[in-house]
Amino acid sequence: MYVIVVGGGKVGYYLTRTLVSEGHEVTLVEQDERRVERLIAEFGEAVVVGDGCEVRVMEDAGMGRADCAVAVTGHDEDNLIICQMAQRHFGVPRQIARVNNPENEEIFHLLGVSETVASTRIIYSLIDQEVETGESLLLAALKRGKIVIVSADLTAGSAAAGKMVKDIYLPGECVLAAIIREEHILLPSGTTELLPGDTVIGVADPESQHVLRDALVGTRPSGARRND
Amino acid sequence: MRVVILGCGRVGSTLAAILTREGHHVSVIDRDQSAFDKAAQRLGPAFTQETVRGIGIDEDVLKQAGIEAADAFISVTSGDNTNIVAAQIAQQRFEVPKVLARVYDPIRADAYRGAGIETICTTTISAGLFHDLVLGRSLRTIQEYIGTASPRSNGGPG
Repeated sequence: MYVIVVGGGKVGYYLTRTLVSEGHEVTLVEQDERRVERLIAEFGEAVVVGDGCEVRVMEDAGMGRADCAVAVTGHDEDNLIICQMAQRHFGVPRQIARVNNPENEEIFHLLGVSETVASTRIIYSLIDQEVETGESLLLAALKRGKIVIVSADLTAGSAAAGKMVKDIYLPGECVLAAIIREEHILLPSGTTELLPGDTVIGVADPESQHVLRDALVGTRPSGARRND
Repeated sequence: MRVVILGCGRVGSTLAAILTREGHHVSVIDRDQSAFDKAAQRLGPAFTQETVRGIGIDEDVLKQAGIEAADAFISVTSGDNTNIVAAQIAQQRFEVPKVLARVYDPIRADAYRGAGIETICTTTISAGLFHDLVLGRSLRTIQEYIGTASPRSNGGPG
């Protein structure tokens, strides 16, 4: 695959390095002289020096034959225009934009750039997860963070321990996808009993994930008999 | 007419003053308070517009400037991409009937012209004007400078 990465900051650098190591053809576009020197030392001719918003620079980078354009500069307007120009002017089939200000994400979608990565929001929600929940862990965010995969380690005191799957109240948009029990993967059915020591993998929308967490590893209501 | 202008530089502030003098309701957005101060200094009492401090692609800022009731939106910041993005938001999100953007880069100006946005490339207009003036030619229409009309030097169809 031929990928053009615009923006040679940290994200652009690591992305380029990863894609190159996977055997993809990559061109990295960066205009800042101070960054360019280091980038050329590592990536050589794969670096094009110039303003990635300029059509001439895009042409030099070979935008016309690119399979994918990735805009990861620190400026949202620039990332948006790079993706739109890649799409409209060069007919690049796929464009991915970094969104620096999470509030701008919707604007990207409105203006035709559907694949966005809002790193600030993703990092924030990861930290938020870590702070808020001891026992459940965010494994991945899909669909631009609208769907999350979480895991929860059940202990004897967890709300779901000793319950059958059908007896766990799962609100709205969330499902139990798998149970990991001692190195085995179980597909949960309604009558599967959850045991202390199980790791439960769930898929949910971000609003439901807290309820999912409470249903699995929340503290049992007072008066409930403990199994241990 | 209600007009929202993004960018309070020389063009934005002068345009705001002209429109206000004609009785139109104008609000001007800029990210720097100093831009408003400078405009007030340059234009004196003529610069009496409603001002909103903020980023022009922020929907809340645009709403505060009254974009929901605006008849026209004009983006004239120093950044081409900001102008194009803000104009697209005005046109697509807020459905402002008339949307104009100043774009210095002729290629980007061409790429976004039409589709609800009028882009004004002051680069081609100024270069064309100077070109004709320096050679002592008579001046052409704005459309010819912008390049939307076929240039007179090039007789054949485009």
